[in-house]
Amino acid sequence: MSVARPTTVADAIDALSAAPDADLLAGGTDFMVEVNFGHRRPRRIVALRRVDELRGWRRVDGVYDLGALVTYRQIEDELADELPAFAAAARTVGSPQIRNAGTIGGNIGTASPAGDALPLLAALDAQVVCDGVDGRRTMPLREFIVGPKQIERRDGELIARVRFDRCRGPQHFLKVGQRNAMAISLVSLALVADIDARRVRVGIGSAAPRPVRPAEAEAFASAAIDWTTGDIAPDDVAAFADMVAAATSPITDHRGTAEYRVHAVAVLARRALQRAVRDLADGPDIADGPEMRRQR
Amino acid sequence: MTQPSTVNDESVTYGLRVNGREHGVQAGWLGESLLYVLRERLGLPGAKNACEQGECGSCSVLLDDVLVCACCVLGADAVGSDIRTVEGIGQPDSLTDVQCAFLAEGAVQCGFCTPGLIVAVHDLLDRSPDADELAVREAISGNLCRCTGYGRIFAAVAAVQRERADA
Ligand SMILES: Cc1cc2nc3c(=O)[nH]c(=O)nc-3n(C[C@H](O)[C@H](O)[C@H](O)COP(=O)(O)OP(=O)(O)OC[C@H]3O[C@@H](n4cnc5c(N)ncnc54)[C@H](O)[C@@H]3O)c2cc1C
Ligand code: FES
Ligand code: FES
Repeated sequence: MSVARPTTVADAIDALSAAPDADLLAGGTDFMVEVNFGHRRPRRIVALRRVDELRGWRRVDGVYDLGALVTYRQIEDELADELPAFAAAARTVGSPQIRNAGTIGGNIGTASPAGDALPLLAALDAQVVCDGVDGRRTMPLREFIVGPKQIERRDGELIARVRFDRCRGPQHFLKVGQRNAMAISLVSLALVADIDARRVRVGIGSAAPRPVRPAEAEAFASAAIDWTTGDIAPDDVAAFADMVAAATSPITDHRGTAEYRVHAVAVLARRALQRAVRDLADGPDIADGPEMRRQR
Repeated sequence: MTQPSTVNDESVTYGLRVNGREHGVQAGWLGESLLYVLRERLGLPGAKNACEQGECGSCSVLLDDVLVCACCVLGADAVGSDIRTVEGIGQPDSLTDVQCAFLAEGAVQCGFCTPGLIVAVHDLLDRSPDADELAVREAISGNLCRCTGYGRIFAAVAAVQRERADA
Protein backbone atom coordinates (compact mmCIF):
# COMPACT_ATOMS: atom_id res chain seq x y z
CA MET A 1 0.00 0.00 0.00
CA SER A 2 1.37 3.41 -0.90
CA VAL A 3 0.40 6.93 -1.81
CA ALA A 4 2.83 8.91 -3.96
CA ARG A 5 2.49 12.68 -3.83
CA PRO A 6 4.61 13.99 -6.71
CA THR A 7 4.96 17.71 -7.43
CA THR A 8 6.05 17.49 -11.06
CA VAL A 9 4.84 15.51 -14.06
CA ALA A 10 8.29 13.90 -14.27
CA ASP A 11 8.02 12.68 -10.67
CA ALA A 12 4.47 11.48 -11.28
CA ILE A 13 5.70 9.43 -14.23
CA ASP A 14 8.54 8.05 -12.10
CA ALA A 15 5.99 7.00 -9.49
CA LEU A 16 3.88 5.40 -12.22
CA SER A 17 6.83 3.54 -13.66
CA ALA A 18 7.50 2.09 -10.22
CA ALA A 19 3.84 1.07 -10.01
CA PRO A 20 2.26 1.08 -13.47
CA ASP A 21 -1.01 -0.29 -12.12
CA ALA A 22 -1.37 2.54 -9.60
CA ASP A 23 -4.64 4.49 -9.47
CA LEU A 24 -4.43 8.18 -10.26
CA LEU A 25 -6.18 10.57 -7.91
CA ALA A 26 -7.08 14.17 -8.73
CA GLY A 27 -9.95 15.98 -6.95
CA GLY A 28 -11.32 12.71 -5.57
CA THR A 29 -14.98 13.53 -6.25
CA ASP A 30 -15.50 10.36 -8.28
CA PHE A 31 -12.65 8.31 -6.89
CA MET A 32 -13.42 8.68 -3.18
CA VAL A 33 -17.11 7.99 -3.63
CA GLU A 34 -16.16 4.66 -5.20
CA VAL A 35 -13.73 3.96 -2.38
CA ASN A 36 -16.19 4.96 0.35
CA PHE A 37 -18.76 2.56 -1.04
CA GLY A 38 -16.31 -0.28 -1.47
CA HIS A 39 -16.48 -0.23 -5.27
CA ARG A 40 -12.80 0.52 -5.62
CA ARG A 41 -9.97 -0.86 -3.52
CA PRO A 42 -6.84 1.08 -4.37
CA ARG A 43 -3.58 -0.60 -3.50
CA ARG A 44 -1.30 2.09 -4.82
CA ILE A 45 -2.22 5.67 -5.52
CA VAL A 46 -0.43 8.44 -7.35
CA ALA A 47 -2.04 11.67 -6.14
CA LEU A 48 -1.72 14.50 -8.65
CA ARG A 49 -3.06 17.42 -6.58
CA ARG A 50 0.40 18.96 -6.02
CA VAL A 51 1.54 18.91 -9.64
CA ASP A 52 1.40 22.63 -10.36
CA GLU A 53 2.17 22.31 -14.07
CA LEU A 54 -1.15 20.49 -14.53
CA ARG A 55 -3.12 23.28 -12.87
CA GLY A 56 -3.29 26.26 -15.18
CA TRP A 57 -4.51 26.94 -18.69
CA ARG A 58 -3.25 29.14 -21.50
CA ARG A 59 -4.17 30.14 -25.01
CA VAL A 60 -1.30 30.33 -27.44
CA ASP A 61 -1.73 31.11 -31.13
CA GLY A 62 -5.40 30.27 -31.09
CA VAL A 63 -4.97 26.97 -29.28
CA TYR A 64 -6.38 26.43 -25.80
CA ASP A 65 -4.19 24.28 -23.63
CA LEU A 66 -5.76 23.25 -20.31
CA GLY A 67 -3.96 21.31 -17.60
CA ALA A 68 -5.72 18.17 -16.41
CA LEU A 69 -6.11 19.66 -12.92
CA VAL A 70 -8.13 22.67 -14.08
CA THR A 71 -11.21 22.68 -11.83
CA TYR A 72 -14.80 23.59 -12.61
CA ARG A 73 -14.31 26.55 -10.30
CA GLN A 74 -11.47 27.80 -12.49
CA ILE A 75 -13.53 27.31 -15.63
CA GLU A 76 -16.37 29.33 -14.07
CA ASP A 77 -14.10 32.07 -12.76
CA GLU A 78 -11.47 32.34 -15.48
CA LEU A 79 -12.99 31.11 -18.74
CA ALA A 80 -16.52 32.51 -18.68
CA ASP A 81 -15.66 35.27 -21.18
CA GLU A 82 -13.71 33.11 -23.58
CA LEU A 83 -15.63 29.86 -23.42
CA PRO A 84 -19.12 30.72 -22.19
CA ALA A 85 -20.53 27.27 -22.93
CA PHE A 86 -17.73 25.62 -20.97
CA ALA A 87 -18.39 27.92 -18.02
CA ALA A 88 -22.12 27.18 -18.29
CA ALA A 89 -21.36 23.46 -18.18
CA ALA A 90 -19.04 23.92 -15.20
CA ARG A 91 -21.69 25.86 -13.30
CA THR A 92 -24.08 22.92 -13.56
CA VAL A 93 -21.69 20.48 -11.90
CA GLY A 94 -22.53 19.33 -8.36
CA SER A 95 -22.12 22.02 -5.72
CA PRO A 96 -19.49 24.65 -4.89
CA GLN A 97 -17.58 22.03 -2.91
CA ILE A 98 -17.56 19.62 -5.87
CA ARG A 99 -16.63 22.36 -8.34
CA ASN A 100 -13.76 23.44 -6.08
CA ALA A 101 -12.29 19.94 -6.20
CA GLY A 102 -13.44 18.29 -9.43
CA THR A 103 -11.15 18.53 -12.45
CA ILE A 104 -11.47 18.11 -16.21
CA GLY A 105 -8.80 15.39 -16.15
CA GLY A 106 -10.97 13.52 -13.66
CA ASN A 107 -14.09 14.03 -15.79
CA ILE A 108 -12.28 12.50 -18.77
CA GLY A 109 -10.71 9.84 -16.53
CA THR A 110 -14.13 8.76 -15.32
CA ALA A 111 -15.54 8.98 -18.84
CA SER A 112 -19.09 8.84 -17.62
CA PRO A 113 -21.58 9.38 -20.45
CA ALA A 114 -22.97 12.10 -18.17
CA GLY A 115 -19.63 13.92 -17.80
CA ASP A 116 -20.56 17.58 -18.22
CA ALA A 117 -17.19 18.77 -19.52
CA LEU A 118 -17.34 16.30 -22.38
CA PRO A 119 -20.02 17.59 -24.80
CA LEU A 120 -18.31 20.92 -25.44
CA LEU A 121 -14.88 19.29 -25.62
CA ALA A 122 -16.29 16.84 -28.18
CA ALA A 123 -17.88 19.66 -30.18
CA LEU A 124 -14.54 21.47 -30.23
CA ASP A 125 -12.69 18.33 -31.38
CA ALA A 126 -10.51 18.43 -28.27
CA GLN A 127 -7.32 16.40 -28.11
CA VAL A 128 -6.21 14.57 -24.98
CA VAL A 129 -2.51 14.73 -24.22
CA CYS A 130 -1.16 11.85 -22.13
CA ASP A 131 2.29 11.73 -20.59
CA GLY A 132 3.76 8.44 -19.51
CA VAL A 133 6.72 6.16 -19.18
CA ASP A 134 6.78 5.78 -22.97
CA GLY A 135 6.58 9.49 -23.66
CA ARG A 136 3.74 11.67 -24.85
CA ARG A 137 0.69 10.66 -26.89
CA THR A 138 -1.99 12.96 -28.24
CA MET A 139 -5.31 11.66 -29.42
CA PRO A 140 -8.80 12.97 -30.13
CA LEU A 141 -11.05 12.92 -27.05
CA ARG A 142 -13.63 11.02 -29.03
CA GLU A 143 -11.18 8.21 -29.65
CA PHE A 144 -9.69 8.38 -26.17
CA ILE A 145 -13.12 7.68 -24.64
CA VAL A 146 -14.02 4.26 -25.97
CA GLY A 147 -17.17 3.57 -23.96
CA PRO A 148 -18.90 4.25 -20.68
CA LYS A 149 -16.15 4.59 -18.07
CA GLN A 150 -13.59 3.24 -20.51
CA ILE A 151 -10.63 5.21 -21.76
CA GLU A 152 -7.58 4.45 -23.86
CA ARG A 153 -5.20 5.18 -21.01
CA ARG A 154 -2.26 2.84 -20.85
CA ASP A 155 -0.61 1.67 -17.65
CA GLY A 156 2.01 4.15 -16.58
CA GLU A 157 0.24 7.05 -18.26
CA LEU A 158 -1.59 10.11 -16.99
CA ILE A 159 -3.84 12.62 -18.71
CA ALA A 160 -1.72 15.76 -18.72
CA ARG A 161 -3.61 18.26 -20.85
CA VAL A 162 -6.61 18.92 -23.04
CA ARG A 163 -6.17 20.99 -26.18
CA PHE A 164 -8.52 22.49 -28.74
CA ASP A 165 -8.49 25.24 -31.32
CA ARG A 166 -10.13 28.49 -30.51
CA CYS A 167 -13.48 28.70 -32.23
CA ARG A 168 -15.06 32.10 -32.88
CA GLY A 169 -18.81 32.38 -32.68
CA PRO A 170 -21.75 31.81 -30.37
CA GLN A 171 -21.68 28.75 -28.12
CA HIS A 172 -24.25 27.28 -25.77
CA PHE A 173 -24.48 24.43 -23.26
CA LEU A 174 -27.79 23.06 -22.06
CA LYS A 175 -28.49 20.29 -19.60
CA VAL A 176 -31.54 18.49 -18.35
CA GLY A 177 -31.35 16.92 -14.90
CA GLN A 178 -33.90 15.77 -12.39
CA ARG A 179 -33.65 19.12 -10.66
CA ASN A 180 -31.58 22.27 -10.93
CA ALA A 181 -28.93 21.84 -8.26
CA MET A 182 -26.63 18.89 -7.79
CA ALA A 183 -28.07 16.94 -10.69
CA ILE A 184 -26.33 14.47 -12.96
CA SER A 185 -27.26 15.02 -16.62
CA LEU A 186 -30.20 13.16 -18.05
CA VAL A 187 -29.05 14.62 -21.34
CA SER A 188 -26.81 17.54 -22.16
CA LEU A 189 -25.83 19.32 -25.32
CA ALA A 190 -23.19 21.80 -26.40
CA LEU A 191 -23.55 23.74 -29.64
CA VAL A 192 -20.93 25.94 -31.25
CA ALA A 193 -21.60 28.08 -34.31
CA ASP A 194 -18.14 28.32 -35.83
CA ILE A 195 -18.36 31.56 -37.81
CA ASP A 196 -15.01 31.16 -39.57
CA ALA A 197 -15.72 27.68 -40.91
CA ARG A 198 -19.47 28.46 -41.12
CA ARG A 199 -20.06 25.22 -39.38
CA VAL A 200 -22.41 24.18 -36.62
CA ARG A 201 -20.72 21.78 -34.21
CA VAL A 202 -22.64 19.78 -31.62
CA GLY A 203 -21.63 17.52 -28.74
CA ILE A 204 -24.24 15.45 -26.90
CA GLY A 205 -23.88 13.90 -23.45
CA SER A 206 -25.75 11.11 -21.63
CA ALA A 207 -27.38 9.95 -24.83
CA ALA A 208 -24.99 7.19 -25.92
CA PRO A 209 -22.07 5.21 -24.45
CA ARG A 210 -19.80 8.15 -25.17
CA PRO A 211 -20.16 11.75 -26.38
CA VAL A 212 -21.89 11.97 -29.76
CA ARG A 213 -21.24 14.26 -32.70
CA PRO A 214 -24.32 14.25 -34.97
CA ALA A 215 -22.48 14.73 -38.28
CA GLU A 216 -25.51 14.74 -40.54
CA ALA A 217 -27.39 17.25 -38.41
CA GLU A 218 -24.31 19.47 -38.23
CA ALA A 219 -23.91 19.52 -42.01
CA PHE A 220 -27.61 20.19 -42.47
CA ALA A 221 -27.71 23.16 -40.09
CA SER A 222 -24.46 24.58 -41.41
CA ALA A 223 -25.97 24.74 -44.88
CA ALA A 224 -29.39 25.94 -43.69
CA ILE A 225 -28.14 29.00 -41.81
CA ASP A 226 -27.62 32.33 -43.53
CA TRP A 227 -24.37 33.10 -41.77
CA THR A 228 -24.47 36.84 -42.42
CA THR A 229 -27.95 37.44 -41.01
CA GLY A 230 -28.41 34.45 -38.72
CA ASP A 231 -31.62 33.56 -40.55
CA ILE A 232 -32.82 29.97 -40.64
CA ALA A 233 -36.24 28.65 -41.57
CA PRO A 234 -38.25 27.30 -38.60
CA ASP A 235 -38.77 24.03 -40.47
CA ASP A 236 -35.04 23.67 -40.79
CA VAL A 237 -34.56 24.17 -37.05
CA ALA A 238 -37.11 21.44 -36.43
CA ALA A 239 -35.48 19.13 -38.96
CA PHE A 240 -32.10 19.77 -37.34
CA ALA A 241 -33.48 18.90 -33.91
CA ASP A 242 -34.89 15.62 -35.24
CA MET A 243 -31.59 14.74 -36.90
CA VAL A 244 -29.67 15.43 -33.69
CA ALA A 245 -32.04 13.18 -31.76
CA ALA A 246 -31.72 10.47 -34.40
CA ALA A 247 -27.96 10.40 -33.89
CA THR A 248 -28.31 9.33 -30.25
CA SER A 249 -28.74 5.87 -28.77
CA PRO A 250 -29.65 6.43 -25.14
CA ILE A 251 -30.51 3.81 -22.57
CA THR A 252 -33.21 3.67 -19.93
CA ASP A 253 -31.81 3.85 -16.41
CA HIS A 254 -32.85 4.99 -12.95
CA ARG A 255 -32.65 8.64 -14.05
CA GLY A 256 -34.88 8.45 -17.10
CA THR A 257 -36.12 6.48 -20.05
CA ALA A 258 -34.47 6.26 -23.44
CA GLU A 259 -37.62 7.69 -24.99
CA TYR A 260 -37.54 10.74 -22.75
CA ARG A 261 -33.88 11.30 -23.49
CA VAL A 262 -34.44 11.28 -27.25
CA HIS A 263 -37.25 13.78 -26.78
CA ALA A 264 -35.17 16.00 -24.50
CA VAL A 265 -32.16 15.98 -26.83
CA ALA A 266 -34.34 17.30 -29.66
CA VAL A 267 -35.63 20.07 -27.39
CA LEU A 268 -32.12 21.04 -26.33
CA ALA A 269 -30.88 20.97 -29.94
CA ARG A 270 -33.66 23.27 -31.10
CA ARG A 271 -33.18 25.64 -28.21
CA ALA A 272 -29.39 25.79 -28.58
CA LEU A 273 -29.58 26.44 -32.32
CA GLN A 274 -32.21 29.14 -31.84
CA ARG A 275 -30.02 30.85 -29.27
CA ALA A 276 -26.95 30.64 -31.48
CA VAL A 277 -28.65 32.09 -34.55
CA ARG A 278 -30.13 34.84 -32.40
CA ASP A 279 -26.59 35.67 -31.31
CA LEU A 280 -25.54 35.74 -34.97
CA ALA A 281 -28.45 38.04 -35.80
CA ASP A 282 -27.50 40.31 -32.91
CA GLY A 283 -24.32 41.03 -34.79
CA PRO A 284 -20.62 40.46 -34.84
CA ASP A 285 -20.15 41.79 -31.33
CA ILE A 286 -21.62 38.64 -29.90
CA ALA A 287 -20.34 36.31 -32.58
CA ASP A 288 -16.77 37.45 -32.22
CA GLY A 289 -16.43 36.90 -28.52
CA PRO A 290 -15.34 39.41 -25.92
CA GLU A 291 -11.77 39.60 -26.99
CA MET A 292 -12.61 40.87 -30.47
CA ARG A 293 -15.07 43.27 -28.90
CA ARG A 294 -12.34 44.67 -26.76
CA GLN A 295 -10.10 45.20 -29.76
CA ARG A 296 -12.74 47.17 -31.58
CA MET B 1 -21.99 3.89 6.18
CA THR B 2 -18.84 2.28 7.42
CA GLN B 3 -15.47 2.08 5.79
CA PRO B 4 -15.14 -1.26 4.07
CA SER B 5 -13.55 -3.72 6.42
CA THR B 6 -10.38 -5.07 5.03
CA VAL B 7 -7.69 -7.58 5.35
CA ASN B 8 -4.83 -5.18 5.87
CA ASP B 9 -1.38 -6.14 4.84
CA GLU B 10 -0.07 -3.08 6.60
CA SER B 11 -1.45 0.02 8.23
CA VAL B 12 -0.58 3.50 7.09
CA THR B 13 0.91 6.31 9.14
CA TYR B 14 1.16 9.96 8.23
CA GLY B 15 0.89 13.42 9.74
CA LEU B 16 -1.93 15.92 9.22
CA ARG B 17 -2.15 19.58 10.17
CA VAL B 18 -5.65 20.27 11.42
CA ASN B 19 -6.65 23.67 12.79
CA GLY B 20 -3.00 24.59 13.06
CA ARG B 21 -2.05 21.53 15.08
CA GLU B 22 0.03 18.57 13.89
CA HIS B 23 -1.56 15.17 14.37
CA GLY B 24 -0.13 11.73 13.78
CA VAL B 25 -2.55 9.45 11.98
CA GLN B 26 -2.51 5.71 12.29
CA ALA B 27 -4.86 4.68 9.55
CA GLY B 28 -6.19 1.19 9.15
CA TRP B 29 -5.91 1.32 5.42
CA LEU B 30 -4.90 3.53 2.60
CA GLY B 31 -8.36 4.40 1.35
CA GLU B 32 -9.67 6.16 4.46
CA SER B 33 -11.30 9.47 3.62
CA LEU B 34 -10.27 12.64 5.38
CA LEU B 35 -13.74 12.64 6.95
CA TYR B 36 -13.22 9.19 8.42
CA VAL B 37 -9.72 10.10 9.61
CA LEU B 38 -10.93 13.30 11.29
CA ARG B 39 -13.80 11.59 13.05
CA GLU B 40 -12.50 8.13 13.82
CA ARG B 41 -8.72 8.51 14.00
CA LEU B 42 -8.34 12.04 15.37
CA GLY B 43 -11.47 12.33 17.49
CA LEU B 44 -12.68 15.45 15.70
CA PRO B 45 -16.37 14.74 15.11
CA GLY B 46 -17.32 18.26 14.00
CA ALA B 47 -17.43 17.35 10.32
CA LYS B 48 -20.50 15.15 10.03
CA ASN B 49 -20.96 12.03 7.97
CA ALA B 50 -24.30 11.74 6.27
CA CYS B 51 -23.78 10.51 2.73
CA GLU B 52 -20.10 9.83 2.01
CA GLN B 53 -20.73 10.79 -1.59
CA GLY B 54 -20.27 14.54 -1.77
CA GLU B 55 -23.99 15.25 -1.85
CA CYS B 56 -24.87 16.72 1.52
CA GLY B 57 -22.02 19.05 2.53
CA SER B 58 -22.27 18.11 6.22
CA CYS B 59 -18.56 17.16 6.07
CA SER B 60 -17.46 20.53 4.61
CA VAL B 61 -13.93 21.57 5.61
CA LEU B 62 -11.34 23.94 4.22
CA LEU B 63 -8.37 22.30 2.54
CA ASP B 64 -5.73 24.97 1.97
CA ASP B 65 -8.50 27.56 2.19
CA VAL B 66 -10.68 25.82 -0.38
CA LEU B 67 -14.11 24.55 0.67
CA VAL B 68 -14.39 20.83 -0.05
CA CYS B 69 -16.24 17.76 1.14
CA ALA B 70 -13.94 15.85 3.48
CA CYS B 71 -15.56 12.59 2.39
CA CYS B 72 -14.20 13.19 -1.12
CA VAL B 73 -10.62 13.79 0.06
CA LEU B 74 -8.24 10.91 0.62
CA GLY B 75 -6.84 11.32 4.13
CA ALA B 76 -3.35 10.40 3.02
CA ASP B 77 -3.55 13.00 0.24
CA ALA B 78 -4.18 15.80 2.74
CA VAL B 79 -0.62 15.50 4.08
CA GLY B 80 1.13 18.86 4.05
CA SER B 81 -2.10 20.81 3.64
CA ASP B 82 -3.81 23.14 6.08
CA ILE B 83 -7.06 21.56 7.14
CA ARG B 84 -9.62 23.66 8.93
CA THR B 85 -12.69 22.11 10.50
CA VAL B 86 -15.52 23.61 12.49
CA GLU B 87 -13.51 22.83 15.65
CA GLY B 88 -11.00 25.43 14.46
CA ILE B 89 -13.62 28.09 13.82
CA GLY B 90 -14.96 29.01 17.28
CA GLN B 91 -14.89 27.63 20.75
CA PRO B 92 -17.83 26.84 23.01
CA ASP B 93 -17.01 29.88 25.15
CA SER B 94 -16.14 32.15 22.23
CA LEU B 95 -18.47 31.55 19.33
CA THR B 96 -17.94 33.40 16.07
CA ASP B 97 -20.38 35.97 14.76
CA VAL B 98 -21.73 33.41 12.30
CA GLN B 99 -22.32 30.86 15.03
CA CYS B 100 -24.03 33.45 17.25
CA ALA B 101 -26.26 34.55 14.38
CA PHE B 102 -27.27 30.94 13.68
CA LEU B 103 -28.35 30.63 17.30
CA ALA B 104 -30.06 34.01 17.47
CA GLU B 105 -31.99 33.50 14.24
CA GLY B 106 -33.02 29.92 15.01
CA ALA B 107 -31.05 28.56 12.06
CA VAL B 108 -30.25 25.38 14.01
CA GLN B 109 -32.80 22.69 14.62
CA CYS B 110 -31.40 19.16 14.75
CA GLY B 111 -28.00 20.70 14.05
CA PHE B 112 -26.65 17.96 11.85
CA CYS B 113 -26.03 20.25 8.90
CA THR B 114 -24.80 23.11 11.07
CA PRO B 115 -21.04 22.43 11.24
CA GLY B 116 -20.80 22.17 7.45
CA LEU B 117 -22.90 25.30 7.02
CA ILE B 118 -20.79 27.24 9.51
CA VAL B 119 -17.64 26.35 7.57
CA ALA B 120 -19.30 27.18 4.24
CA VAL B 121 -20.74 30.50 5.44
CA HIS B 122 -17.43 31.62 6.95
CA ASP B 123 -15.75 30.75 3.66
CA LEU B 124 -18.34 32.72 1.68
CA LEU B 125 -18.23 35.82 3.88
CA ASP B 126 -14.42 35.80 3.92
CA ARG B 127 -14.30 35.72 0.13
CA SER B 128 -17.30 37.91 -0.64
CA PRO B 129 -18.56 39.90 2.33
CA ASP B 130 -21.17 41.63 0.17
CA ALA B 131 -22.58 38.47 -1.40
CA ASP B 132 -26.14 39.13 -2.57
CA GLU B 133 -28.97 36.75 -1.86
CA LEU B 134 -28.44 34.74 -5.02
CA ALA B 135 -24.74 34.35 -4.24
CA VAL B 136 -25.58 33.20 -0.70
CA ARG B 137 -28.05 30.65 -2.04
CA GLU B 138 -25.49 29.41 -4.53
CA ALA B 139 -22.74 29.26 -1.92
CA ILE B 140 -24.68 26.96 0.39
CA SER B 141 -26.39 24.95 -2.35
CA GLY B 142 -24.10 22.04 -1.52
CA ASN B 143 -25.16 22.01 2.15
CA LEU B 144 -28.40 20.15 2.68
CA CYS B 145 -30.60 21.01 5.64
CA ARG B 146 -33.64 18.85 6.20
CA CYS B 147 -35.09 20.82 9.10
CA THR B 148 -35.05 24.55 8.78
CA GLY B 149 -36.29 25.19 5.28
CA TYR B 150 -33.30 27.54 4.90
CA GLY B 151 -35.22 30.73 5.63
CA ARG B 152 -33.61 31.14 9.03
CA ILE B 153 -30.20 30.24 7.65
CA PHE B 154 -30.48 33.06 5.09
CA ALA B 155 -31.64 35.36 7.87
CA ALA B 156 -28.56 34.43 9.91
CA VAL B 157 -26.21 35.13 7.00
CA ALA B 158 -27.90 38.47 6.37
CA ALA B 159 -27.61 39.35 10.05
CA VAL B 160 -23.86 38.70 10.00
CA GLN B 161 -23.51 40.81 6.87
CA ARG B 162 -25.35 43.70 8.50
CA GLU B 163 -23.33 43.40 11.69
CA ARG B 164 -20.02 43.28 9.88
CA ALA B 165 -21.00 46.21 7.67
CA ASP B 166 -21.85 48.30 10.77
CA ALA B 167 -18.70 47.32 12.63
C1 LIG C 1 -22.00 15.21 -5.38
C2 LIG C 1 -21.38 15.06 -6.73
C3 LIG C 1 -21.96 15.69 -7.82
C4 LIG C 1 -21.40 15.56 -9.08
N1 LIG C 1 -21.99 16.20 -10.13
C5 LIG C 1 -21.46 16.09 -11.36
C6 LIG C 1 -22.06 16.75 -12.47
O1 LIG C 1 -23.06 17.45 -12.33
N2 LIG C 1 -21.48 16.60 -13.69
C7 LIG C 1 -20.35 15.86 -13.87
O2 LIG C 1 -19.86 15.76 -14.99
N3 LIG C 1 -19.77 15.21 -12.84
C8 LIG C 1 -20.30 15.30 -11.60
N4 LIG C 1 -19.71 14.64 -10.56
C9 LIG C 1 -18.57 13.76 -10.82
C10 LIG C 1 -17.19 14.37 -10.63
O3 LIG C 1 -17.24 15.49 -9.80
C11 LIG C 1 -16.55 14.78 -11.97
O4 LIG C 1 -16.51 13.70 -12.86
C12 LIG C 1 -15.13 15.34 -11.76
O5 LIG C 1 -14.72 15.96 -12.96
C13 LIG C 1 -14.10 14.29 -11.37
O6 LIG C 1 -12.85 14.94 -11.22
P1 LIG C 1 -11.88 14.65 -9.99
O7 LIG C 1 -10.71 15.53 -10.16
O8 LIG C 1 -12.61 14.74 -8.73
O9 LIG C 1 -11.49 13.13 -10.32
P2 LIG C 1 -11.09 11.93 -9.36
O10 LIG C 1 -12.26 11.51 -8.58
O11 LIG C 1 -9.84 12.24 -8.63
O12 LIG C 1 -10.76 10.84 -10.47
C14 LIG C 1 -11.77 10.36 -11.34
C15 LIG C 1 -11.20 9.26 -12.23
O13 LIG C 1 -10.29 9.79 -13.18
C16 LIG C 1 -8.99 9.26 -12.98
N5 LIG C 1 -8.10 10.41 -13.16
C17 LIG C 1 -8.13 11.57 -12.47
N6 LIG C 1 -7.20 12.42 -12.95
C18 LIG C 1 -6.56 11.77 -13.94
C19 LIG C 1 -5.49 12.10 -14.83
N7 LIG C 1 -4.90 13.31 -14.80
N8 LIG C 1 -5.09 11.18 -15.72
C20 LIG C 1 -5.70 9.97 -15.79
N9 LIG C 1 -6.71 9.59 -14.99
C21 LIG C 1 -7.14 10.47 -14.09
C22 LIG C 1 -8.99 8.65 -11.62
O14 LIG C 1 -8.10 7.56 -11.54
C23 LIG C 1 -10.42 8.20 -11.47
O15 LIG C 1 -10.64 6.99 -12.11
C24 LIG C 1 -20.24 14.77 -9.27
C25 LIG C 1 -19.64 14.15 -8.16
C26 LIG C 1 -20.20 14.30 -6.90
C27 LIG C 1 -19.53 13.64 -5.74
S1 FES D 1 -20.78 13.20 4.05
FE1 FES D 1 -19.51 14.29 2.71
S2 FES D 1 -20.91 15.35 1.48
FE2 FES D 1 -22.21 14.09 2.67
S1 FES E 1 -30.93 21.65 11.23
FE1 FES E 1 -31.43 19.58 10.88
S2 FES E 1 -30.50 19.24 8.94
FE2 FES E 1 -30.27 21.35 9.19
